[in-house]
Amino acid sequence: MAPLQFNYELSETLLLLFAMLTGIAFGMFLEKAGFGNARKLVQQFYNTDMAMFKVLFSAIVTAMLGIYWLSYFGILDITQIYINATFIWPQALGGIIFGFGFVLSGLCPGTSCVAVFTGKLDGLAVFAGMFTGLFLYAETEPFLKGALSYSSIGDISLYELFHVEYGLLTFLIAAIAIGAFWFAGKVEERFSNNSLRRSS
Amino acid sequence: MMKREPRPYWNPYIVGVGIGLLIILSVVVTGRGLGAVGAFNGIIASLTHAIAPDYALSKGAYSAYLSGVEHPLKDWVVIEIAGVCIGGLLSGIVSGRFKFEVIKGPGISNVTRLILAFSGGLLMAYAAKFTRGCTSGLALSGGSVLSPGAWLFMISVFIGGYSVAWLMKKAWN
Repeated sequence: MAPLQFNYELSETLLLLFAMLTGIAFGMFLEKAGFGNARKLVQQFYNTDMAMFKVLFSAIVTAMLGIYWLSYFGILDITQIYINATFIWPQALGGIIFGFGFVLSGLCPGTSCVAVFTGKLDGLAVFAGMFTGLFLYAETEPFLKGALSYSSIGDISLYELFHVEYGLLTFLIAAIAIGAFWFAGKVEERFSNNSLRRSS
Repeated sequence: MMKREPRPYWNPYIVGVGIGLLIILSVVVTGRGLGAVGAFNGIIASLTHAIAPDYALSKGAYSAYLSGVEHPLKDWVVIEIAGVCIGGLLSGIVSGRFKFEVIKGPGISNVTRLILAFSGGLLMAYAAKFTRGCTSGLALSGGSVLSPGAWLFMISVFIGGYSVAWLMKKAWN
């Protein structure tokens, strides 16, 4: 039964080798999508190239359905998997600040690695900024204790929170995503036509 | 001399399904998905520890990554991110996109672009401490296991991004 790490003896070396291979595949996918290029990635926020939205949501829907079906057939023990803990206000407001940072830099922490390793010097500036941000955090952390853990609701999942059936929720999200993909295509078409007209 | 054209980008839905399968594989093996910003925590903790050990151990933000571990860099997400760098490099070379350059809109100077990139990195890393993750570790991986915080974070990132995009129009287009 999966997760394998908790139910079988896996050596640390094997897990780290798996981490390396997973990372290589992840890095290749990000590069092939064009996400080492900040200017391409940031077009999401100008509606001219919705690749970020398409990649993010098709990955989530794929993984969400896969994880659900693996647990449904008893292959994966859902109680053993890591559910990211929810902190309502830190994540809502932190997300907005993160979004500002995303549009300023045009990259996120993961894609900045791809940018740096494909020679993009603006990626290096993002690295430097992130290290400075983490340094400032380490200096200010003692004053932030209350704010950091404010409005925590623990590692509950969406279906537990809203008392919906797990399978039904995955079906609803997948259905909404298909509609959203269609809509994203329409928006993209419209905005790129507009920008063509403007530039001619 | 003719310059070789870069290979075309892959269809975003193919990349998305590929990353989704990778998350499933990671959950099946380790019980959790992918990450990114977490690796930078380990790296800055070990860098600081190498320069000023007493100082590093006195700060909670670093000592959390230093105490009780064999080495802060011998960590799942640090190795995974090293893999991302290697994968990006290989794919960049194969696709003809490896090039030393500053990516920016035509309306701004290189220096302005680098300052904006630096500021963006700073904001993201600081904010990621509050959110407990970034677009990879929280949005992608947390979204897949239906963490409410992950979905809240994603919505917030889009709100934040779209609301500042008009101000940054000159920098990109």
